[in-house]
Amino acid sequence: MKRREFFSASLPKTEGVSELKQVKKVERRTSSGISEYTGTWSQWEVKHLLSRALFGYNHADLTKYGAKTMSETVAELVNIDETVPDLPINDYSFNTTDPECAENAVWLNTKNSSNFGRRMSLRNWWMKHMISDGTIREKMTLFWHNHFAAESAAIADARMAYVYLALLRKHCMGNLRDLTKDMTIDPGMLKYLNGYVNSKEAPDENYARELQELFTLGKGPDSKYTEDDVKAAARVLTGWRIDYSKNPPIRLFQSNRHDEDDKQFSAFYGNKVIKGQTGATAGEAELDEMLDMIFAKSEVSKHIIRRLYVFFVYYEIDADTEANVIEPLAQLYETNNHNIKPVIETLLKSEHFFDQANRGCIIKSPLDYMVGFAKSGYLNMPAETESNAVRYTHEKYINDICAVSEQALLDPPGVAGWPAYYQAPSFHEVWISSNTMPTRIALMGQMAYSGRKSQGYTLKMNLFDIAENTSDPSDPNILVNECLDYFLPMPSSENLKASTKEFLLPGGLPDFNWTTIWNTYKSDPGDATNTKTCTDLLTYMIYSILNLAEFQLH
Amino acid sequence: MKRRNFLKASSLLPLGIGGLGFKNLSATPFLASLGLKAATNDNILVLIRLNGGNDGLNTVIPLDQYTNLSKARSNVLIPETEVLKLTGTDNTGLHPSMTAIRGMYDEGLVNIVQSAGYPNPNFSHFRSTDIWNSGSDSNQFWDTGWLGRALDKEYPGYPTGYPTADMPDPLALGIGTFSTVTQGPKNQMGIGVSNPNTVYDLINGNTDTAPNSKYGKELAYIRLVNEQTNVYTKAIKAASDKGENLSTKYPTGARPNSLSEQLKIVARLISGGLKTKVYMVSIGGFDTHASQVDAMDHKVGTHANLLKTLSDSIGAFQDDLKLLSLDEKVAGMTYSEFGRRIKSNLSGGTDHGAGAPMMVFGKNVQGGILGNSPVIPETVEVKDNIPMQFDMRQVYASTIKDWFGITGSTLTDIMGKPYDILPIYKSSNVSINDFEDLVSNIKIYEPFPNPVDDEVNLKFKTDGGTIAISIFDPLGNLVKQAFKGRVASGEQVKTFSLKGMSSGNYFIQLAQGTKRVSSVIIKK
Repeated sequence: MKRREFFSASLPKTEGVSELKQVKKVERRTSSGISEYTGTWSQWEVKHLLSRALFGYNHADLTKYGAKTMSETVAELVNIDETVPDLPINDYSFNTTDPECAENAVWLNTKNSSNFGRRMSLRNWWMKHMISDGTIREKMTLFWHNHFAAESAAIADARMAYVYLALLRKHCMGNLRDLTKDMTIDPGMLKYLNGYVNSKEAPDENYARELQELFTLGKGPDSKYTEDDVKAAARVLTGWRIDYSKNPPIRLFQSNRHDEDDKQFSAFYGNKVIKGQTGATAGEAELDEMLDMIFAKSEVSKHIIRRLYVFFVYYEIDADTEANVIEPLAQLYETNNHNIKPVIETLLKSEHFFDQANRGCIIKSPLDYMVGFAKSGYLNMPAETESNAVRYTHEKYINDICAVSEQALLDPPGVAGWPAYYQAPSFHEVWISSNTMPTRIALMGQMAYSGRKSQGYTLKMNLFDIAENTSDPSDPNILVNECLDYFLPMPSSENLKASTKEFLLPGGLPDFNWTTIWNTYKSDPGDATNTKTCTDLLTYMIYSILNLAEFQLH
Repeated sequence: MKRRNFLKASSLLPLGIGGLGFKNLSATPFLASLGLKAATNDNILVLIRLNGGNDGLNTVIPLDQYTNLSKARSNVLIPETEVLKLTGTDNTGLHPSMTAIRGMYDEGLVNIVQSAGYPNPNFSHFRSTDIWNSGSDSNQFWDTGWLGRALDKEYPGYPTGYPTADMPDPLALGIGTFSTVTQGPKNQMGIGVSNPNTVYDLINGNTDTAPNSKYGKELAYIRLVNEQTNVYTKAIKAASDKGENLSTKYPTGARPNSLSEQLKIVARLISGGLKTKVYMVSIGGFDTHASQVDAMDHKVGTHANLLKTLSDSIGAFQDDLKLLSLDEKVAGMTYSEFGRRIKSNLSGGTDHGAGAPMMVFGKNVQGGILGNSPVIPETVEVKDNIPMQFDMRQVYASTIKDWFGITGSTLTDIMGKPYDILPIYKSSNVSINDFEDLVSNIKIYEPFPNPVDDEVNLKFKTDGGTIAISIFDPLGNLVKQAFKGRVASGEQVKTFSLKGMSSGNYFIQLAQGTKRVSSVIIKK
């Protein structure tokens, strides 16, 4: 029996749940490590790198980086621009008036007002940077947003949410100890985890626990801090408040709320005692001492490297990966005194990262999926010249699709971030459910067919641009094969190429039929019947690719 | 155009454009049951997760501990006169916003399991949630859920080869999203659906076998979800179309994803004949580190609102089930990853704690309270926690045995080890009344001396038989199994050493069968 016959014989018909989960033993073993990758540098490797390190790619990116070396490309991606971009503005007043801030003005330095509009404005602002930025900056900022997770809805002040986000962006490729310190006393985080009400009389342990469990040490088997350490850390962190009289609000230290007694830590921390201090600098001095104590533990290094690995490579960490990737990177991180950049650069250049075994195996997050599509250039995101109403509405629509797909930017479900990045055994599979999969597919359907009309603007897929970007759109084989190669993470089988081509040439019509249709469209776009046929066939063909399970992976 | 191509092209029209009609799935049980046994019964369990760690002491309020409680948490305490009284007991009351559940309790529809938890509690939301969902010990890391393992035993191989004539519907359904509680050994037994009225035709356009790789593994997973979605959204819509809600008690103006709306969908689907065994619903916001009550009036505020939503939603759901004549086969269970600390903090909230009450409700539940009020020390320290009286895995094992009818070695396999069964369901061979009578026959007296240096004497009384005496530290850890063995009936005194233990409030607990009594020892 030929493979295909075998498969169709065993496959239940249209409505069953088939034996598709037939991969019993997954080939997981790979001994590749962090040595620099020296293999092929083709379109497939460029796509792999840009999908994981950024939110995707367009044709120009593939051409540009294809002409460079792998090493040059990674160096360029990790070399981020640290200048602060233009601040988010009031682009929402067509919908929600903001008495404190005029249209097109920056709202950060005004009194708190119109919080929903501002939050959405901030969310859109960040997503636009994800689409336009050509470096790893926004992907790393998202990594840290998931790591030091806070919800803008709970912070309840968009100005503080901006300050929190700006902090993540500033340190995104910097030093983790610095980021942790600034984050501990960031007004938004003080609000989110109750640091702003933590007082010596009866400390609030919320932040002290997550600082150790989530932000630094993790919950690995060797992370043996105790409940008493949580309580001692809570006492170190007493006294911080938020000064809401400032625009935006700033942190404030009130020494009379600070616990001035000594704080005893457990044997895990070598029975360290942090001497109680007094006065205006007590809070920061004790915090520094505590962070030195925490960051001296090698569990911090391993925790952070494992999290980076899950984010950039895959969620299973076997013994080989632990020995060949996690441990050497943890060493590198420690050698570099908690600086992240060398670790990221080494990981992205490594033979392990480019190992075939690690290609195409991450399920795109909603942001990967939506931002990646916008980044491909095939979605007509409104230009800067469009009105605020048009831009805000359609940018928000993309963000809303992410939110209903269970990744609301700046509003993760809790302090641990999104479960897809930590919840065993499913990890990234959490993104795909009977709830979210229809949303993903329907969105692409809408964009390919009718588009989404609002505020006099139709957000829609540029189908003809996709075709025009192939080397010869009049040749159905080239058109189909290059579209498959462009959108999918792995090379397609002959079977898939053939079945995709059937959408362009239904019923096995000879190739020249498409060539004629395309050439007629090019020479006489006014031929309404032909243009409609051409549009329909192209839509079927491209939508069939975007419908593939393969398109959900990168 | 060949028929196959036509089908592919037409079904690729985006959702809502192709006129995706509803097809009656029940007419096409295309995969006959292949020797798979039918479910033991048609009972249904509805799990209600209180996300964030519910403050058990302000939910089920130990009135007999009120004096000590008022010293420990005066800034969040519910005024004694406002606590809702329960029929048949003066020791325990409910938060004033839980009028609906109080009504159900008085009708004998609610079983309150006091101080549920597990030995050596973990205070992390995430780790503790994993333990509650998996049913593992606190030092075990299990990837499966207790209900996932149970469903896997009843429906081996699911979802491959399903739907069948016996089980045409998803085994477990999360309104919104599914949870690790239904993760089976190989597959997730649950699916998540927000809108029961939408059907989907998702296409697996490529029939190439998924390769044997990480990539292939994920590809196969996505294709599986597509297939399940196609089949089960149709089954769910069929049930939703056929089903109805009869209760007028559901809160009006509730948000679409609120608990009452989730439960309303569940009632509707059950009434429409959906054979799903487990439903999962949830309500968030219980992580009340700060401002859990209104400072001026403790019976209102954040936590009160949460409990009102919980109580009103459960009350309406039970009313609906009764009106629909479905209450015989539906039971509900609330759980949360932990309770909160006895002592409140200065931000008007409570930090992460340990033991807390669970509630199991339904017509076939034995109404009453299992266990005693948690003992509150006279002087509560920040670190003091409520030690468990009942292992939540006893509640799980009791549910699997007495509600789903899975017994013997299969039950032990699912749970990992044997657990004493509690009188929660009416099908239990133990009555909660006998249980309560027996509880009154075991007693411990004030330990002496107290406070204690090293050695403490415990005088207790039993009817004789096998007992266990355990000592828990302030964090709720079992630090000493002080005695385990047979004793004669009557009063006696045993002496235990606390040498080497650090100072603080310890809890000493006498257990006989499923009965527990405790007291506090203050170590100097």
